[in-house]
Amino acid sequence: MREDIKDLLNKFFNWIIGNGPRPENEILPPEPPPDLPFTRRNSGRKSRFHEASINERYNEWVELHGLHIFSSLYTWMSVLTCLVIILLLLITVTELPPFGDEHNPANNEVVLRYIKTGARETGAKNIVAGMILDYRAFDTFGESAVLFTAAVSVLMLLGASRRNRTCEKNIFKFGITSKSFLQRGPPLRVHIYRQDDMILRGIASISIPTILVMGCAIIINGHLTPGGGFSGGAVLSTALILAANAYGFDHVHYFFNERTFIFSSSGSLIIYALAKGYSFFTGANHIPSGIPTGTIGNILSGGLILPLNICVGIVVAGTLYSFYALFSEGDI
Amino acid sequence: MPVIEWLLLIFLIVCAFAVSVAKNLLNSVIIFMSYSLIMAVIWILLQAPDLAITEAAVGAGVTSILFFLALRRVGQLEHKKEDEK
Repeated sequence: MREDIKDLLNKFFNWIIGNGPRPENEILPPEPPPDLPFTRRNSGRKSRFHEASINERYNEWVELHGLHIFSSLYTWMSVLTCLVIILLLLITVTELPPFGDEHNPANNEVVLRYIKTGARETGAKNIVAGMILDYRAFDTFGESAVLFTAAVSVLMLLGASRRNRTCEKNIFKFGITSKSFLQRGPPLRVHIYRQDDMILRGIASISIPTILVMGCAIIINGHLTPGGGFSGGAVLSTALILAANAYGFDHVHYFFNERTFIFSSSGSLIIYALAKGYSFFTGANHIPSGIPTGTIGNILSGGLILPLNICVGIVVAGTLYSFYALFSEGDI
Repeated sequence: MPVIEWLLLIFLIVCAFAVSVAKNLLNSVIIFMSYSLIMAVIWILLQAPDLAITEAAVGAGVTSILFFLALRRVGQLEHKKEDEK
């Protein structure tokens, strides 16, 4: 089986390079007639000489004047662009309706409905959480997915050094020897942390538990108090980054590595999509969803808002921490 | 209260201008941090505590850390040290 693949790949590469077997009745292009002396060669040389001189003069001009003109033009054009954009924005501001006027187009029946029946319909005391995770939950799902996609693409770009090694192995296995496949950049591990940083470790040992508790409280109380999944997740990721700086990335690896990141983030996104898909389906078809909203003000209330907040918090915390780890360490 | 609000808004504009004018990239990142902090206080004064928490955590915290990392990747922090020597 492997021999077959090797054969196929060799044939493919030969085909690309052009070393394949030639057909017997191949029609070759006719040979060019021999050059006559003093006619063709002379004119050719002349044109080539002309071309080279134009190139040289062009390069000379670019080095002497072009860069200078470009840099001065660049400054002026950037200043001009900024001024034009500022002017346009100021013109737009003058066209806006006055702040706080009751006849503004923003004060329509949507806001009234959110304020009047929002707490009863969603079961959330924090009306903002009720809005972003119940009425407008689709937007929040898109935001989490965008963050996760960004983290995955950074993982693909910066975690490439580890993957290149396995790629190299495969190339040797299949017998492909191309230089461009084997070229890779310097190793990405540039992070150096101080082992003996007493002050950082002392402060971290006090503040990390506090930050973790505060992040969890912001996430869990997302439907009662200001905050929610996104801000709580960002706070949690700050605690993780502090732990990585004070105690080293190896300590964080014990409970958070690439595997946990991928599983927790994609699992949270899948749970989010399933839960919201269910409530969208039932809501669009006017079927009672059967999710209790509970008493307003309790921790276990608000229907799906609490689990969705936890999902968003996990995704945001993992993503922001892995950004940091990838940029500084080149690996989660 | 309006006096504090006006002061914060003026300081916000000064910070936003200083970020683009500062020659040293490290200085502009630190000014950007203070910009986010002022913005967080203004969000609280505008009665948007949700946004204030997010701004303080993301704007002043995570974004600045990522900026510092990017500066180290580009080599701006080491370059500065050599200049001082």
